[in-house]
Amino acid sequence: MSVLVFADTSEGKYKKSAFEVVSYGKKVAEQLGSSMVVLSINAESPQDLYAYGAEKVITVSNDSLANFNGKAYASVINQVAQKESSNVVIIDSSIDGLYLAPMLAVKMEAGYASNAVALPSSTSPFTVKRKSFSSKAFNNTVIATDNKIVGVSKNSFGVHENPVSGTTEAFEPALSDADFGVKSVSVDRAKGKVSIADADIVVSAGRGLKGPENWGMIEELADVLGAATACSKPVSDLGWRPHSEHVGQTGKPVASNLYIAIGISGAIQHLAGINASKVKVVINTDPEAPFFKAADYGIVGDAFEVVPALIEKLKVFKQS
Amino acid sequence: MKILVCISHVPDTTSKINFADNDTKFDTNGVQFVINPYDEFCLTRAMWFKEKQGATVTVVNVGNASTEPTLRKALAIGADDAIRVDVEATDGLAVAKELAAVVKEGAYDLVLAGRESIDYNGGMVPGMLASLTDYNFVNGCVGMEIDGTAVSLTREIDGGSEKLSTSLPLVVAGQKGLVEEKDLRIPNMRGIMMARKKPLAVVAGISAAAATSAASFEKPAAKGAVKLVAADQIDELISLLHNEAKVI
Repeated sequence: MSVLVFADTSEGKYKKSAFEVVSYGKKVAEQLGSSMVVLSINAESPQDLYAYGAEKVITVSNDSLANFNGKAYASVINQVAQKESSNVVIIDSSIDGLYLAPMLAVKMEAGYASNAVALPSSTSPFTVKRKSFSSKAFNNTVIATDNKIVGVSKNSFGVHENPVSGTTEAFEPALSDADFGVKSVSVDRAKGKVSIADADIVVSAGRGLKGPENWGMIEELADVLGAATACSKPVSDLGWRPHSEHVGQTGKPVASNLYIAIGISGAIQHLAGINASKVKVVINTDPEAPFFKAADYGIVGDAFEVVPALIEKLKVFKQS
Repeated sequence: MKILVCISHVPDTTSKINFADNDTKFDTNGVQFVINPYDEFCLTRAMWFKEKQGATVTVVNVGNASTEPTLRKALAIGADDAIRVDVEATDGLAVAKELAAVVKEGAYDLVLAGRESIDYNGGMVPGMLASLTDYNFVNGCVGMEIDGTAVSLTREIDGGSEKLSTSLPLVVAGQKGLVEEKDLRIPNMRGIMMARKKPLAVVAGISAAAATSAASFEKPAAKGAVKLVAADQIDELISLLHNEAKVI
């Protein structure tokens, strides 16, 4: 028996979430008194995982898997789980993780708990706390099946160094045309921008900015902080910013360490999308804005005065 | 083309979330239930296919009789008929197995479902359903065109989008972008009147076993009051974020 962790990559490089799920998997293996095996597909440097406790890394190099493919990736993970007699699989709850895990669950006849926010509180019965009701509550889920899949929510466990001297082992999965019923035609990824999903810091703005021409200072603030930019629903509906930046219940969920909301009043649907962020800062002229009730820190003030001052002060802070 | 749209019956987005029976059950007292917002995008897209390319649209829900008003609303929006699988929805896998039985029985070409429900947020039913039926599957879909049996889709990825090609039969998990929010259909009086006469079949279901269960619920710890910083004291905010919150 072993715990199998899938460490996902983007263009050959590990995502930060890969180090988080390996850190998480190591702890789960300790809880179960079993070993951990980590699977990587087309990773450039699998030895990077040794720093997080990965003693055995199984590597798959296959050009047909260069682009993510949900069914094929699920098939590969299932084959490795069988080879390694893994009855617990840990993956992230990224867009791709949430794509492949349900298919893997059917293949493995496994119960699946997505968006887990903590280590299992018990291994018998196997119980894991997960987000539900759009982060307005948590659900302690019991997985009753012999095989189990846990999807770890980003930034919920953290990255923990635990250096070991690991080994790698190559594996050649058996794949068929049936695994590629869905084909990737092209990928369009914004270059040089921090994506909302990966960002530790998100700078978000709303209608208080008055118009799209005023977003320069938001982008500059994000640039200083190494943050992603986001916006409220009315802003994307008005076409001031692309829909891909819309954060909220029906937009993108954010689980960043720091979420800065500028000129956003804080509708309940917006808060549902950002509840999982750890620290929230609100800048708004209206002291009655509901967002202040959800925020950790706040400034009642005009964004057009506060944000430029914040940019200048942060530049000085970063240089110190 | 036969389209099946899976409809989740969920608390309205503004609902207060409370639990009953020693925090083991969702407290439905005073809660208004609606069509899951992600499913609404799917239903509207299905209506578009029906009107522009010719299709029949069936809606389905796994749940007890209390979900019927939600199915009637979907009928009022324009679906042709509805199926309620008369089984208590327990976990994602059990629901997916019930839906798979419906899909196989009806031999649907295209199955649409929201990428997740806004109550349990599992995001697992569409992918499980696709695997159980051996249909092709695209998750997080924000665009879809169908030409015969060939399907072109766009899905959201981290930091961008991906164009995909596949063929029917297909399960698609949709979200905003599949249609825009402004294009969502609101039932009109004629639709509501017609919905009363449309067929709503109640089927027994296969009573699939659940793989997971919700042992208990809890709410996030109460949050302390916001720390307000004066607009001319930006250094103090930076200090708090660096020294206290440790996020910069």
